[in-house]
Amino acid sequence: MHIPDGFLDAKTIAVASVLSAAGIGRALHNVRRTLTPRKVPLMGLASAFLFVAQMINFPVLGGTSGHLLGAVLAAILLGPDEAVLVMTVVLAVQAFLFADGGVLALGANLFNMAIVAPLAGYAVFRLASRPARTEAGRLAAVAVAAWSSAVLAAIGCAGELSLSGAVPWTLGFPAMTGIHMLIGLGEALITVLVLAAIIEARPDILPGLVVGRERAEETRPLKDVLIYGAVVVAGAVVFVLPLSSRLPDGLEATAARLGFASRAAAPPAVPAPLAGYRVPGVGSLSLATALAAGLGAILVFAVSFAIARRRSSRPKGGIPGNA
Amino acid sequence: MRTGDFDRLSGNDSPVHRLSPALKTVSAILFILAVTLMPGRPGWVFAAAGALLLGAILAGRIPASFLLKRALLLEPVAVAVAGLALLQPSGTARFGLMVVRSTLCLTAVLVLAATTPSSDILAFFRRLRVPSILTTMAALMVRYIFVLGDELRRMRRARRSRTFRKGRARAWRSASAAAGHLFVRSTERAERIYRAMSARGWR
Repeated sequence: MHIPDGFLDAKTIAVASVLSAAGIGRALHNVRRTLTPRKVPLMGLASAFLFVAQMINFPVLGGTSGHLLGAVLAAILLGPDEAVLVMTVVLAVQAFLFADGGVLALGANLFNMAIVAPLAGYAVFRLASRPARTEAGRLAAVAVAAWSSAVLAAIGCAGELSLSGAVPWTLGFPAMTGIHMLIGLGEALITVLVLAAIIEARPDILPGLVVGRERAEETRPLKDVLIYGAVVVAGAVVFVLPLSSRLPDGLEATAARLGFASRAAAPPAVPAPLAGYRVPGVGSLSLATALAAGLGAILVFAVSFAIARRRSSRPKGGIPGNA
Repeated sequence: MRTGDFDRLSGNDSPVHRLSPALKTVSAILFILAVTLMPGRPGWVFAAAGALLLGAILAGRIPASFLLKRALLLEPVAVAVAGLALLQPSGTARFGLMVVRSTLCLTAVLVLAATTPSSDILAFFRRLRVPSILTTMAALMVRYIFVLGDELRRMRRARRSRTFRKGRARAWRSASAAAGHLFVRSTERAERIYRAMSARGWR
């Protein structure tokens, strides 16, 4: 989901960078307030851990493999503010030292994967784990949160690509969301399995997940929720709303007004297979994707709850490891 | 990726290596700005950019095998995203444009990373007043990626030498158990690092 350079235009980069800066600024503020020197090396090592964990391949069908994004994993291991910073550092290092994800596109990648994924994912976790009274219930909430984080980040990615005119929304949204609804299943499973392994090895690290030992500060100040919420909602309004409702007319009208319509209207080198991008059924495809995403969230919760309950009812030592 | 692979090239010596890190970082960013945001289809900009990169690669004595290996690793993402553009009017032209742009930018970053030690790039960002929490985290991250990578490899080798059964479910369980243990070991290592840093007068 790392957008390379060369796909996004100036306005999208500018908006995404401003939103990311606002979110990261708030996270810095919050982390500094509770920062003990002891925590700095931990967050640095957590960044390295996440980078390495992202490189572990999980075999999927026939030779292909998936890997972790880790935003929700970080949010649950370290807290949401810390997760924002850890994801920020991971993405920045990947962009500048490994050319993984663009340097200019960093603002957009940060918004999707360092702001939306951990914050929205953590919000989903808090909501879904509220009724949970067992470890299984909480792990199921983790699964839904991880799945949602992948899907929401992909939606942000599709919105940015279509606002830039790289990939139209009617294609990008179903494609990106569809693929990440599957990738999200892997994300959910990996996140839950990793957390289960950590609980087994060191239950003291994860007081928030082990039942009977509540996290000390369970409620977040309203101001945080408002600021973070505003950043995420602003992103949704800029990147997703205008596109899903008024494309292609809206963007074309703007293009004509701003005078860059001529740039988009370059003669095709090859006659387009789908003229006017009105693919039959594509309008309803977006709707169907949105519906499927909603249903998917419910389904993931149900299935992961069932699996988690079965898993946790098994005797201890079920997870191999300790190598 | 192997330990030592990364930052191995940046320790070499060449005219490009000797340029100031700040200059190189800024010019890489300007380069990417020009290539990405120049409107239309500016063939001459791409040609000039390509020539500039080629010059930097030759002057910096960056082995082609390194660039090819990294580009092959990263290019599929760009091609896949650009591939979606093929399904619209004038798609092939857009596809070509996006692939050219992303390839140039990607190579520029690879050249920067291959000729500039990561600690110098970090020092540049520190000078730009990037918050010290972030730069410290990044410095620790870059330092320990390979330590943790090696640790993971050792854990997996130990597991492979003791497990004789195959199977996808088993692979998932053992991979995630490895990741979980890696996190536990990372927190323990962070604790030791903190003590070592404090002992040497950090903060």
